[in-house]
Amino acid sequence: MLNKIKIIHQAALEKIEMAADSKELESLRVQYLGKKGELTRVLRGMGTLVPEERPQVGRLANQVRQELEKALQAAKAALGRRERAAKLAEETIDVTLPGRPLNRGYRHPIQQILNEVENIFIGLGFDVAEGPEVESDYYNFEALNLPKLHPARDMQDTFYISEEVLLRTHTSPVQVRAMEIRCPELPIRLIAPGKVYRRDNEDATHSPMFQQVEGLLVDKRVTFGDLKGTLMVFIKRMFGEQFQVRFRPSYFPFTEPSAEVDMSCVNCDGSGCRVCSHTGWLEILGCGMVHPKVLAMSGYDPEKVSGYAFGMGVERLAMLKYGIDDLRLFYENDLRFLYQF
Amino acid sequence: MRVPYKWLQKYIKVSLEPEELAEKLTMAGLTVDVVETLDPGFSGVVVGQVIALNPHPYADNLLICQIDIGSHKVQLVTGAPNVSKGQMVAVALKGSKLPGGQEIDHVSFRGIASEGMLCSAQELGINTSLVSPEDREGIISLPADSVPGTDVTAALGLDDIVLVLDLTPNRADCLSIINVAREVAAITGTPLQLPKFTTRETGQKAADLINIEIQASDLCARYVARIVQGVHIGSSPAWLQACLRAAGIRPINNIVDITNFIMLEMGQPLHAFDYDCLRQQQIVVRRSKGGEKLTTLDEIERELDPEMLLIADAAGPVAIAGVMGGLDTEVTAATANILIEAAHFDAASVRRTSQRLGLRSESSMRFGRGVDIEGAAAAADRAAQLMLELAGGQVAQGKVDCYVRPYQPVNIDLRPERVNYLLGTGLTPAVMKKTLERLHLPVRLQGQPPVLTVKVPAYRGDITQEIDLVEEIARLYGYDKIPVTLPGNITAREKRTLAQRREEAGREAAAASGLTEIITYSFIGPQILDQLQLPIDHPWRRTVKIRNPLREDQSLMRPSLLPGLLGVAVHSAGHRVMPLAVYELGRVFIPSGELLPQEMLRLAGLVMGNNERGWDWPAGEMDFFYLKGIVTNILSRLRLGDITWEGIAEHPFLHPGRQAAIKAGETILGYLGELHPDVLTAMDLPERACVFELDWESVTGAMPSKTDYRPVPRFPAVERDLAVVVAAEFTAAAVSEVIKGAGGTILQDHKLFDAYQGHPVPEGYKSLAYSLFFQHPQRTLTDVEVNISIERIKTALKKKLQAVLRQQ
Repeated sequence: MLNKIKIIHQAALEKIEMAADSKELESLRVQYLGKKGELTRVLRGMGTLVPEERPQVGRLANQVRQELEKALQAAKAALGRRERAAKLAEETIDVTLPGRPLNRGYRHPIQQILNEVENIFIGLGFDVAEGPEVESDYYNFEALNLPKLHPARDMQDTFYISEEVLLRTHTSPVQVRAMEIRCPELPIRLIAPGKVYRRDNEDATHSPMFQQVEGLLVDKRVTFGDLKGTLMVFIKRMFGEQFQVRFRPSYFPFTEPSAEVDMSCVNCDGSGCRVCSHTGWLEILGCGMVHPKVLAMSGYDPEKVSGYAFGMGVERLAMLKYGIDDLRLFYENDLRFLYQF
Repeated sequence: MRVPYKWLQKYIKVSLEPEELAEKLTMAGLTVDVVETLDPGFSGVVVGQVIALNPHPYADNLLICQIDIGSHKVQLVTGAPNVSKGQMVAVALKGSKLPGGQEIDHVSFRGIASEGMLCSAQELGINTSLVSPEDREGIISLPADSVPGTDVTAALGLDDIVLVLDLTPNRADCLSIINVAREVAAITGTPLQLPKFTTRETGQKAADLINIEIQASDLCARYVARIVQGVHIGSSPAWLQACLRAAGIRPINNIVDITNFIMLEMGQPLHAFDYDCLRQQQIVVRRSKGGEKLTTLDEIERELDPEMLLIADAAGPVAIAGVMGGLDTEVTAATANILIEAAHFDAASVRRTSQRLGLRSESSMRFGRGVDIEGAAAAADRAAQLMLELAGGQVAQGKVDCYVRPYQPVNIDLRPERVNYLLGTGLTPAVMKKTLERLHLPVRLQGQPPVLTVKVPAYRGDITQEIDLVEEIARLYGYDKIPVTLPGNITAREKRTLAQRREEAGREAAAASGLTEIITYSFIGPQILDQLQLPIDHPWRRTVKIRNPLREDQSLMRPSLLPGLLGVAVHSAGHRVMPLAVYELGRVFIPSGELLPQEMLRLAGLVMGNNERGWDWPAGEMDFFYLKGIVTNILSRLRLGDITWEGIAEHPFLHPGRQAAIKAGETILGYLGELHPDVLTAMDLPERACVFELDWESVTGAMPSKTDYRPVPRFPAVERDLAVVVAAEFTAAAVSEVIKGAGGTILQDHKLFDAYQGHPVPEGYKSLAYSLFFQHPQRTLTDVEVNISIERIKTALKKKLQAVLRQQ
């Protein structure tokens, strides 16, 4: 009897292993373990055995039954895996086909640079102020130590609306307005971004409309050294730590002492190239200590407070940052240009 | 300002290379734009003197010249019209090289040998605006004192280098070579050597020869006149011509050249009158009387207004003060007696006159910025002496000097602690004193706390107050030596205002909705308003106008962002860059009746063309509903609830049946619509385009000030479909209104998923199919509840819209 069980066991295991699909496995289960299955039949014949043999045969039969059930289950799982793998293989796609496009919009490079500049100065404790683009002669010029017929008015060719009203040539009037409103509050620490207008014909470096960011700090004991420090931090954050910065004496009617700020050329690293006119330096902003007359006109006592101011063209920053060689591209709004940023 | 290096070296012996000096000047505030080499790069060209001229036997337009080139004579054939006997010419012999690379060889012209060629200014690479008009047509004439056989580069003074200064408006003093030399002395510590001269006076008394009257003493503080009699007008010597050419001024004759030379050297503009043309030996400095005219040296008749300052004689105007002389009193070849004018005119007056007449000159440029009033007499003296030396004659004794408003010396106190306070430095008063003394400013250091008292010379008109001296110290000390610090005292002020943050949110929302940001000019032209089919009384026709536009299409401040968007559409269509989906957020300008116009922010966008088809999706037209979806998305990102869309026909630039007012409650936020076909035609746009424009203030006004939280529903929603057939004139909004009104509180939402017109729906009707979503916040809904709600909706639709229901 024991032998018979062993033979059944062996045969069943072989057949299970050979089974091709789950249907065949089911019929094997019925054949061996079903109510009329071979193993069941053997166990039913246990009555014919001597009582001493019964426990031994019973144990073996149960053990074989368990093993066969386990083998059946394992074979079923393996078969399932094979079938699923075959199905998944059929579902294979060409992943190199293009994805369905989503329409996304791009931000204008000038606006991106503006945001970047604003964020750097916000990090340095400045707030953002705004003012009208159509300005009075007073705020654009006179309050900035530029009376009518002042020679320095030639530095900024102006669009006029009337004798007294013009398109602002810089965002400095925003600073004057802020000082007037906030005086005697201290400190004043603001930047004024926005569009400005000059009567220049369009070419690769000029546009009748462009954008500026100007800055102003008025407080007790503000020094030229503070101005240098602030702008060096700005330039290094904007362009990278590796750039050199130099301050060169210059003239603006609303600041004194005044300076032009140059950074080492982004293109040639200071060795001289076409971009920097072979000087190794790029002029990127103008600045200076707020002129005592401007402070006084806005209500501050220049003996008690001092301040600095600076201004830069956003297009120029963008051109240097991205290596763009024609300013007109910014206002042509060609999508092939805008999609690059 | 052009500063020739050799000329500068007359006053200061600088040992630096020009490039090194340029760097030092730049870092001290006198920016050197270019260090220009004058040498045009020809070689082997020598000075020759024409000793004989004969016609060519076989060619009428050629001449055979015998030319002395120092060592020997050569024969040359030329076709130049301006060759004359005795003339000094530039001779290119065999082996000479011209700037263009051309090498000269012997040639023969119709059988006559030519041992080289006579050169024109152009052939030598010399700027032709610096030679006389006759020389421009033919060969260049060299100065009469040139030496035959010597190198032409040296004879013309082209062996020099020019520092081209880009002067800031405050440094008018450096429009003088001598004052540039002073600056160089201050920077380098090299001593200055100013020209020494005495004026030899042997003629009549000047005061007997001319009567000068200043009537407008407010505009003319000083008028110095000198008279030189019996001069011979001729060309200037080589050195003078070289100086002027290097400085960019064309030599004319010895008298005019001397006035220009002194102007460049000393900064004092001079004018030379033909004394005999001044009627009744009279000079009057006065404002113009109404209706006066004067033909200036450039042969243009100028109308003078009563604010313009004139130089007149007994009969009428002879010069526009400080701007340009008159043609009638010009120095000509026939002139024998000269009146030299060295005057001081009011800067603002000269600027105004120059602007009004559109006439700028070296003189007006200098007077307009400020001239050294104290230097006028010396300039007249030096001019008279030079005329004597170069043109002969006699200098009249003395000068007439009407100095009606003498210069008041300026003394400025400088507090050393103020310097250190503003610069963040720790300089001692002694160092500051030394720094200022390098500029040749007399300084006294006295008192406790110490004060530096600085006496400012008249030529430094830019130094009027303490801060100007702070600047002088800073730039000479060196900006690079000022220690770098960072300001303290950070404020708690809001860094970006709510309005600024919302503006940025709007830009981001538009970009996230598929529109690309553009920035267009704030000015437009009147023609776009016509192209937009705007009637004459349309509000956009009332614009803020620019008085002095560069171009007509940039002459009006935009009343809307639409013109800018259309400009980009035209550009894109022209370059076939499609599809186009763009937005702009910017200001428009509306006349207000106040001094300044109203500036309002708008958000506007435009779509045109089709989304590209792909391998498993079709092309999608960017039509009205595409753009409506974008705007809906933008407004929903900005948390605007309850937007309604109302069909309108009021905008003439939009399709009358495809335009909508966008409303939040009762507030109109803006419009959206398809461009009118007439606009497309007028602008030559090949495809339909849709646009929107929102008033940004209205949009932000409708934004909730805070975000309200509502609990997330926990119980399942029931979805049912409902299809209705209604008369075509009922809008989708009207149907929605009825559904919402009748559905009760459990109707959470409804969505139109199909709209259909045509068979089998009867003519004049349309079929609309909705998904209805029911939900209760506290429990699961029963079928009964949902059915009751649907029945109510159906009843309401039947009653209010005579709808026919198609049961699902």
